[in-house]
Amino acid sequence: MAYSQKVIDHYENPRNVGSFDKNDPSIATGMVGAPACGDVMKLQIKVNEQGIIEDARFKTYGCGSAIASSSLVTEWVKGKSLDEAAQLKNTQIAEELALPPVKIHCSILAEDAIKAAIEDYKKKHAG
Amino acid sequence: MNHFEMFNLPVQFALDSADLQKRYRQLQQTLHPDRFANASERDRLLAVQRSSQLNDAYSTLREPLARAEYLLHLQGIDLAHEQTTLRDPEFLMAQMEWRERLEELEQLLRGRHLSPDGLSACPLAVPLALERAEKDLEAEAQQLFQQLEQALAEQQYEAAAILIRKLKFMAKLRIELEGLEDQL
Repeated sequence: MAYSQKVIDHYENPRNVGSFDKNDPSIATGMVGAPACGDVMKLQIKVNEQGIIEDARFKTYGCGSAIASSSLVTEWVKGKSLDEAAQLKNTQIAEELALPPVKIHCSILAEDAIKAAIEDYKKKHAG
Repeated sequence: MNHFEMFNLPVQFALDSADLQKRYRQLQQTLHPDRFANASERDRLLAVQRSSQLNDAYSTLREPLARAEYLLHLQGIDLAHEQTTLRDPEFLMAQMEWRERLEELEQLLRGRHLSPDGLSACPLAVPLALERAEKDLEAEAQQLFQQLEQALAEQQYEAAAILIRKLKFMAKLRIELEGLEDQL
């Protein structure tokens, strides 16, 4: 199966790889995994007091499409509010990266990862 | 006829694999093409069809994870084609740590070839580290399998489904680890 040029670009030059300190109150972490392929994805966001995502990091163990999907999401969510970021749909990721049907689950994983991170932030700052 | 019925076995997770193999061989013999040399075309075709069903059933039941997944399938829970995401931070963090450990092992393996004076001072260091990882992985998987067996025995199918999903991650790690062992 051939990867699209955009997948290859993100795979070879992944954006925002790495980790933030998860104990920092401005950091939230989303951890998700896909049982079907064993891929694991960690996506972290740094949120300022206005509720804007200032920065993002990811670490993904998986195929090229999973790495590209998470790399793309970290780029997209920067500068967005939590509510805007929560609107992100896997179909947008799949379309941007021209993912074939068998790789759609990689984009679902990335969508679930950002949602999990946003939930983690809200849980951390509840009450 | 479901896979268990094909072998005249009870529909349950616990199974004696030697007994299953014996039953498989006996059934396979009764379907051997030689026995149908003089049979009608229809009977020959039926035997071929039955034989392929038998192979499917055998390969599903002999693998504990596939067997468990099939048991849930019989309960109407289809895990084979699901795209559900697992969200268990503790388990996934442990998965991340496993992946990091495998990465380190891969680097050790590469270093072994690159720097004859450094890491390969003890030629057994890498095989031993791989062996230890294999044992640790096996122990963790075994624990999950025990929980799975219990969940299935108690008909806790949702809990069983979660354990099967986790064991799929463990199976993936196993494949990765075997890939490293092949490089030795």
